[in-house]
Amino acid sequence: MLADLGFAALLIAFFASIYAAVVAFWGSRRSDERLVESARNALVVIFPLMLLASAALITLLLQSDFSVAYVYEVSSTEMPTYLKVTALWGGQAGGLLFWNLILAAFTAAAMLRKWHDERELMPYALIVASFTQIFFLGLVTFYENPFARADFVALEGQGLNPLLRHPGMIIHPPMLYLGFTGFTVPYTFAMAALIAGKLDIGWIRTTRRWTLVAWLFLSLGLILGGRWAYDVLGWGGYWAWDPVENASLMPWLAGTAFLHSVMIQEKRNMFKVWTIVLVILTYLLVIYGTFIVRSGVISSVHAFAQSEVGQPFFIFLALMTLFSVYWVLRRRDELGSQNHLQSLTSREAAFLLNNFVFMGILFATFWGTNYPILSELVVGERVTVGPPFYNQVNGPLFLVLLLLMGVAPLTMWYRTSLQRLGRAILGPAAAALAFVVALFALGIDNWAALVGMWVVAFSFVLTLLEFWKGTRARVKRGEGPWQAFSRLMARSRRRYGGYWIHLGVLIMAFGIIGSYFFQQETQIRLNRGESVTLGAYEMAFNGIRQYAGADDLLIREANLALYRDGEFLRELGPRTELYTRTGQPMTIPGVRSSIADDFYVIMVNWETVTNDAATFRLYVNPLINWVWLGGLIFIFGTLIAAWPEAAEAKATTATRTRRRTVVQPV
Amino acid sequence: MSKPVTVAKVEEGSANGEQGSRWRWSTVLVWAGALAVLALLGWGLGNTDTPRPQAGAPAPAFEMEFFDGYEWQSAESASLEEMEGQVVVLNFWASWCVECRIEADLLESAWREYRDDGVIFLGVAYLDVEQKSLDYLEEFNVTYPNAPDLGSVVANRYQITGVPETFFIGKDGQIADVVIGPVDSTRLHTQISRLLTE
Amino acid sequence: MNQRNEKLTIVLLLLLALLCLAIPAVAQEPVTDDEVNEVARDLYCPTCENRSVDVCPTDVCADWREDIRQQLAAGRSESEIHAYFAERYGNSVLAAPPREGINWLAWIVPIVVVVVGALLFGRYLKGLRAEEATEDDDTIDVAQSTAPVPPPAADEDDYISRVEKEVREGE
Repeated sequence: MLADLGFAALLIAFFASIYAAVVAFWGSRRSDERLVESARNALVVIFPLMLLASAALITLLLQSDFSVAYVYEVSSTEMPTYLKVTALWGGQAGGLLFWNLILAAFTAAAMLRKWHDERELMPYALIVASFTQIFFLGLVTFYENPFARADFVALEGQGLNPLLRHPGMIIHPPMLYLGFTGFTVPYTFAMAALIAGKLDIGWIRTTRRWTLVAWLFLSLGLILGGRWAYDVLGWGGYWAWDPVENASLMPWLAGTAFLHSVMIQEKRNMFKVWTIVLVILTYLLVIYGTFIVRSGVISSVHAFAQSEVGQPFFIFLALMTLFSVYWVLRRRDELGSQNHLQSLTSREAAFLLNNFVFMGILFATFWGTNYPILSELVVGERVTVGPPFYNQVNGPLFLVLLLLMGVAPLTMWYRTSLQRLGRAILGPAAAALAFVVALFALGIDNWAALVGMWVVAFSFVLTLLEFWKGTRARVKRGEGPWQAFSRLMARSRRRYGGYWIHLGVLIMAFGIIGSYFFQQETQIRLNRGESVTLGAYEMAFNGIRQYAGADDLLIREANLALYRDGEFLRELGPRTELYTRTGQPMTIPGVRSSIADDFYVIMVNWETVTNDAATFRLYVNPLINWVWLGGLIFIFGTLIAAWPEAAEAKATTATRTRRRTVVQPV
Repeated sequence: MSKPVTVAKVEEGSANGEQGSRWRWSTVLVWAGALAVLALLGWGLGNTDTPRPQAGAPAPAFEMEFFDGYEWQSAESASLEEMEGQVVVLNFWASWCVECRIEADLLESAWREYRDDGVIFLGVAYLDVEQKSLDYLEEFNVTYPNAPDLGSVVANRYQITGVPETFFIGKDGQIADVVIGPVDSTRLHTQISRLLTE
Repeated sequence: MNQRNEKLTIVLLLLLALLCLAIPAVAQEPVTDDEVNEVARDLYCPTCENRSVDVCPTDVCADWREDIRQQLAAGRSESEIHAYFAERYGNSVLAAPPREGINWLAWIVPIVVVVVGALLFGRYLKGLRAEEATEDDDTIDVAQSTAPVPPPAADEDDYISRVEKEVREGE
């Protein structure tokens, strides 16, 4: 009954999306406002329908109605309530429904805005938005129906995959979905602007905040995914260059390039084609990423099981690619080549260089991700492209990016004198050198790490100086230091939000370099009472106890005592959890975190464990907490940049008129 | 749909013929790039979706080099081609595989029973360490030809889902039956006798 | 045939290792887990994807680690062991494509694309600047806000003045 209701909602929504596309097209041909309005209403109504369908599925999950196949697959009666609710996105079909819900919400919000200047974009925006909506609704209605009946009614469900019960994994998919679907809004407007031939700054103004919000969620998703891997997968790391991780990194790379290039277009009205291309690329990479994860083309550890969705996904990806390429090429000349550089040391040149490096990383990642298919096509043998490839190819490119991050804010629009640039750089370069020399004196002699640390320190100092210079200028005008600082943030949120983001990235880079180059590890079998030393740490093994946990868990927990330089720090209890019903094991590390490093130990569950002996894998991950700290600052910066300003509308018109007055005397 | 374009078109300068051809070149390049990526992905998808060799399909060809001490017609290596006209029971196994142990004795006794009737048993050790394979073969006293699957080539061609997996190949070189998991005695005997009479 | 030689070498090496063990005076230290993991890290588990063999819980990986241990004990180097595994189980067990034959492509193409791209990009930027130099002010369109603002004097501290202006305007 409830399942039928949910399915009916999906079906109606699907037809509403088709209606919207057809009527909007018609309306644009006949320039009939009423048709366009009708199309908009059809698209907006999909959101309540999706709410209804999602509510129906959640209710079914809460009722543990195992006559619905999806409920049987992802939940069980003894699962806690919050897990039953979040099981909504715990499997393929429900995940797609959830995706549709978010997409519908974004689309409705974007379409309900007042259109002001962009009225002529509306029919095209409606058409493009409904393309995406039709596809995802069709997918969930006809290919992966979450309301499909089970072949038999079981008394108990299979339960959610234990790997997905971690809090990080519960909020990770919604973040990614929000990020992914969020990028459909800028895409929609960019395509509408292309088709309408209305290529001024309008579409960018409309979608700027959308892009930032989508980007925020995508970044959050990436960071949470890393944290989840670190906490749950039990191999001491957080990023494995897994195809699934790459699938979400690639849109992020293109989106980040866009956030930078958009500034050239806003300030100088240049590189309009390029900016549009980046938006389109971001969207296509979202579809591509979802395609490779869900189709199993490039299979990977958390790729969903092979399913039927590969083909429709591929067809959709192909159609949207051809559609986008066609319109970009068609409008290219009209977008004009008003691109002039006054100097190679200008802000715009720096942004272009930034874009180039992002594209380099994107290409290398795309190449590495697809290489297994290529190699199978050419030589008939599949190969693995793993971390050694990406670290060697992308590592140096990321370093160039970090360097740019420090230097670019020093450049000015139009041109910057080299002497001035040199003078500004000299101090920070020397400070960073002093830092590196100090590191060297402390015994760090890995040259790659030292180069990396120099770049990070250099850019960090330069970014701090940006805050300092701005604040000082205000203090000189009579403001108190704190007032000056906070006003500086509030006045130019995007600029200083951006610098906060840069600081966050640099701190993350500090942690990544530390944990990548200086991770220590050892594996050893210990008997009760024995101990092992790793770095400055000593770990004693005091036995194992077994007990039953919640659900059907059987837990084996080791009792370890951790010492450092002979001094007792704390006890650690790494454990293995066995979900007895499904036989799935989980390895939960014991971690002692500090600002300097993490001591991370797992009980190796593939070696025999008795009450008196077990094998342990120990890691010391230097500076790893800086990665999470940097992540927090990063998110904070994004929030500053994206936070709605009450006076924003006023501010934009103000800058517009101000710019005009500057132009007049010419 | 050609609407008037609101952005003033900046004159490129018609004298700039070189510019024009560069534009066209880039058009070709962009299309070629987009189509190449799509073609690759499409091929990859088709490749993932290809059905596994099923009953009724021709058995994929392979060659194998036997473990030391194993042979077929006194040769240390053999190919499926050479076995045409005979019934082939192709069994994938591994020493680390628990379920393989269930069928090991059955396969060996069946081999001894049918070897003179024109039935060939072939064992393929999948992802297995050589010494472990040899120990396993010795433990179950396996005498029919066995070989390591170098580069996992044979397993990939047959797209096995795991071990054990057994393919019955008829005299005509067609796959007659596929058994995923340990094979049971009745199925083994009915398949072989049916294939022998064909 | 290569395989045959390989096998022979292994057998010989194993024999040699046994011989070594038999003579207590030259007996080696046993191979530690850490040494095994060092080699296993760059091998990928074939049955559970995207997990390296040193942290993989399956039986196959356990066997492989044991095999690595024996090969290390027999004195083989890390790259020899990797090559052995690649030949035996296919290149897909390596964490990255081997740098040989067609697989050089995997490594070369991104580098070539970035380097060639950088050259073209540099030329493009120079071109943009050259155009600017020749066309000068002809293209300025006052109606659009694209018109370049007169470039600031090179040595003026533009940044601070901008902030100061902002402060002035803000109040």
